[in-house]
Amino acid sequence: MPFFMLLFSRQGKLRLQKWYVPLSDKEKKKITRELVQTVLARKPKMCSFLEWRDLKIVYKRYASLYFCCAIEDQDNELITLEIIHRYVELLDKYFGSVCELDIIFNFEKAYFILDEFLLGGEAQETSKKNVLKAIEQADLLQEVSHVKNCE
Amino acid sequence: MALKIVKGSIDRMFDKNLQDLVRGIRNHKEDEAKYISTCIDEIKQELKQDNIAVKANAVCKLTYLQMLGYDVSWAAFNIVEVMSSSKFTYKRIGYLAASQCFHESTDVIMLTTNQIRKDLSSPNQYDTGVALTGLSCFVTPDLARDLANDIMTLMSHTKPYIRKKAVLIMYKVFLKYPESLRPAFPRLKEKLEDPDPGVQSAAVNVICELARRNPKNYLSLAPLFFKLMTSSTNNWVLIKIIKLFGALTPLEPRLVYSCVHVVKYLGLLAMSKILKTHPKSVQSHKDLILQCLDDKDESIRLRALDLLYGMVSKKNLMEIVKKLMLHVDKAEGTTYRDELLTKIIDICSQSNYQYITNFEWYISILVELTRLEGTRHGHLIASQMLDVAIRVKAIRAFAVAQMATLLDNAHLLTGNMQRNGICEVLYAAAWICGEFSEHLENPMQTLEAMLRPKVATLPGHIQAVYVQNAAKLFATVLKSQEGNTDSTAAQETSQLMIDRLPLFVQSANLEVQERASCILQLVKYIQKLQQKDVEIAEEVNALFAGELNPVAPKAQKKVPVPEGLDLDAWINEPPSESESEDEQPKAIFAKEEPKHSRPRHTEVDEKELARRREARKQEQANNPFYIKASPSSQKVYQDTPGVEHIPVVQIDLSVPLKVPGLPMSDQYVKLEEERRQKERAEKKKKEKKKRKEKRSGRGKKHDSGPESEEDITPAHQVDIVTEEMPEVNSLDILYFVPLADSEKLPVRSHRETPKSPAEDGDTENAALQEPKKKSTKEKREKKKDKDRDRKVYDIQGNLQDGSQVVVSVIFENKGDSFLKSMEFNVLDSLNSKLQRPDGSGPHDGLTVPFQLPPGVSNEARFVFTVQSIIMPQKLKGTLTFIVKNEDSSTHEKLDFKLHFTCTSYLITTPCYSDAFAKLLESGDLKGSSVRLEGVNMPFHHLLARICFHHHFSVVERIDSCASMYSRSIQGHHVCLLVKTSGQTVSIDAKCDEPTLLGNVLDEIKQTFSQC
Repeated sequence: MPFFMLLFSRQGKLRLQKWYVPLSDKEKKKITRELVQTVLARKPKMCSFLEWRDLKIVYKRYASLYFCCAIEDQDNELITLEIIHRYVELLDKYFGSVCELDIIFNFEKAYFILDEFLLGGEAQETSKKNVLKAIEQADLLQEVSHVKNCE
Repeated sequence: MALKIVKGSIDRMFDKNLQDLVRGIRNHKEDEAKYISTCIDEIKQELKQDNIAVKANAVCKLTYLQMLGYDVSWAAFNIVEVMSSSKFTYKRIGYLAASQCFHESTDVIMLTTNQIRKDLSSPNQYDTGVALTGLSCFVTPDLARDLANDIMTLMSHTKPYIRKKAVLIMYKVFLKYPESLRPAFPRLKEKLEDPDPGVQSAAVNVICELARRNPKNYLSLAPLFFKLMTSSTNNWVLIKIIKLFGALTPLEPRLVYSCVHVVKYLGLLAMSKILKTHPKSVQSHKDLILQCLDDKDESIRLRALDLLYGMVSKKNLMEIVKKLMLHVDKAEGTTYRDELLTKIIDICSQSNYQYITNFEWYISILVELTRLEGTRHGHLIASQMLDVAIRVKAIRAFAVAQMATLLDNAHLLTGNMQRNGICEVLYAAAWICGEFSEHLENPMQTLEAMLRPKVATLPGHIQAVYVQNAAKLFATVLKSQEGNTDSTAAQETSQLMIDRLPLFVQSANLEVQERASCILQLVKYIQKLQQKDVEIAEEVNALFAGELNPVAPKAQKKVPVPEGLDLDAWINEPPSESESEDEQPKAIFAKEEPKHSRPRHTEVDEKELARRREARKQEQANNPFYIKASPSSQKVYQDTPGVEHIPVVQIDLSVPLKVPGLPMSDQYVKLEEERRQKERAEKKKKEKKKRKEKRSGRGKKHDSGPESEEDITPAHQVDIVTEEMPEVNSLDILYFVPLADSEKLPVRSHRETPKSPAEDGDTENAALQEPKKKSTKEKREKKKDKDRDRKVYDIQGNLQDGSQVVVSVIFENKGDSFLKSMEFNVLDSLNSKLQRPDGSGPHDGLTVPFQLPPGVSNEARFVFTVQSIIMPQKLKGTLTFIVKNEDSSTHEKLDFKLHFTCTSYLITTPCYSDAFAKLLESGDLKGSSVRLEGVNMPFHHLLARICFHHHFSVVERIDSCASMYSRSIQGHHVCLLVKTSGQTVSIDAKCDEPTLLGNVLDEIKQTFSQC
């Protein structure tokens, strides 16, 4: 089960964070800082996994963004990579060839998509179609209530 | 209340939304902290307001700031407020903020219990969903205890969307409030068999996690999981199950099998993929793969079989087949045995028996296979027997001997013939014995065997072959008997035929009946002649003389096409050309002969397709964001056949169904080995000799190394009939010569796409406009970053009703980068406003509804509302967009101005001279005049210019004097009297709105000062 998922840029700017274990803000900040440094220091040819404290870190770079997941010792790295990839695919489908700025400006949408895909760290829906359908319908609902509100 | 809402939306106008905040932060890189602290102050103000929309916006911004590392815990209560909104839009934001900002020590969580409970039971599934998602992040022991029951109810919700979320969140609840596990577990277990795969996988996930913590309690679920593992096609689920078994195996060693199996299966599957490209590397694992044949799992055995097919060589064929034969014996009565049988034949016969070195061995294998009871593949064995016997001449004698024994022991095969497909073999046996009867040792005995009454119980088509071949045998027997002095033997043979054949004449099968009665009459005639002591054998044999030769599969192609036969000509009228061709302009095809159009058209298509494909690939390669599909990883499990979990019991058959007198194929294996050993020994001898002669060490290589394929000399050769037909004269190919003509014809190139609107925007858009509309044009060219992104704006304002102006903007991407997320925004003035969709704020930009790949242009229209039209207007605007490059994307903006001139509000309206006169007489119009100096153009040009640029129409023209008229969109009349003398033009004008008139005259003046 993933402990948390972080998205950060090549410059080390955090773009998205999702914690599946409750931690205090101070701890979160510390972990984030350390981890971003560690991952950014790695060369492109190096493998996508590293052991960090008592966790395993699985990360992958897509264009200018690093997607990074922390998992437990017994968890499988490959399925975590697959989860990351699936999330990227979902973002890509939703935003239409996604890029970093999409995530910056629509960060709440990025969270909504992640929340439809993973719940409490577990993959809740493996079908891309279903995830996007849920998001679209919720978006629609949001627009309807928005319009109502403005009237 | 209404006032409040209005007040709220007025307040909102001045709020920053999230986008503004993000943009602001990006623009204040140097003093970020300061900027953010002012933002936080603003947010605090916003949070104090009553309007929930304002609050939600503030909370959304806080969520972003929280990610940047700012402390937002002070706003926890406001977050709860937004969570409690009845509007989904705000609720969603509230829960998101909560899930990001709350943790166990956040004290306001206590306040949320009732709200969450309310949301969980909301009739809207997305309300429930959002609440569950949020809860998963900040659930505390208290919340878990209070809400466990509600969530448990949701596990049986009608919507799978809710069920799966509820199931997953149960895990979190269990962790926080372990007492809930016991009552919830039965329901959780039920969910393992939920009809929805999503819910099922959620349940698997949760139980796997639970089992990892305490495996022993979940052992009882193992059979259920086993069933899931064998039936599920979702590899996410499979991975979880394997992991679960991993956790359970220390307690239940039997489970190791199932885990190992899946892995084994995958390994074999992977190997078969590798085999296609690197056969050598897989061949070295032959023993391992052979071991897999002993596996209890049928799927694995079948995979292994597939692999073996690809790995055989001359060297190991016998060994592999021997092993397979052992399995055949073991696999009594299963479909797997049939599979084995076909595999053995496939393996042996692949690529024209390439790997068979000894056909005697192969025949014996086939004969051994006939002992299989209940197989469906009798005909397969039969066709192999026929094929080999016909094509391998050297093997015939042996084959015939074997077949004779088979026929003799036919009763063994046909014992329970009804359900036995193996009797098909007798078809082959009978035919081979008949056709090659000269090789028979005891033809009389075989003839006897073929005419037994029991034969009549065989299927019709086999009986027919029996009868026909009995006749062939009869001929052979006669031939051998006539040499003898005693003619009674021959007569007895005829008598045997006459005695036995009537049985077949009575057959219900037409074929059998026909052949039998024909042959019966023939034999009767022969008998008559025999009684007259006529030598008849010669003539009878002539009936079946001549050898049957196999025909190559490609033989038909080599038959020359007869003269005058055009295989390419249409027999009927060809079907009408496809629609797309109909649409093509006729001129293109007019000069050419229509009959060539079809092939050429496809050629164009192919080229075009290839070109597009190439272009697409290029684009994908250049696009770092393109995510390549990885189907292989997902499909691995899809063709998994059901795992046979019934263990295969090894039955020790003490009395195998052996046909007496038949050789065992094993002996050939031994023979082969002996032969090889001998050869090796001989070779060594030779080598030694050579070495002695040459006294050089070069021969060493051959000595110790393993035998190469070439060393194995086949015992028999197959006639591989492929090129036996005489080569066709090359002249025959001339039939196809007319086709060559079309090759010479020029290939039509792809039609040019119409020029982009930006290049000749004027004409393109003029055509699109409705006659009523007037337009103002502005052309702007902006260069940014030197030559990277260049865009041309061609802005046209079109007027419609009293207060609306439509502006069409053409965007053209002249750079090499991909432009997306374009937002068009204009700073509204009091007078002119950009029309925005309902619900968006007064400063929100409008999304341009397309993306622009490099070199592409597209047009978007924007509507403006204008209150007063008497003054010209300039509106400032910005276009923001994202520029995507190979590996980066930047956010850029482009400033522009929209110029609304007064003439752009005028509409060309025709007016008759009497109406015009009345207008002037009415006296409502105010006058004004202007003089233009140095205008050097003919008078009619001048008029045309005013008409074109300023939307006037000529009412009357007398010599160098003309009256003109136009009307504004708001109904103002504008009248002009234009006079010219020399280079001076004087315009007297009247209008009911002097300001408008003044501005129009200024604009006219400007037009002429420019020329």
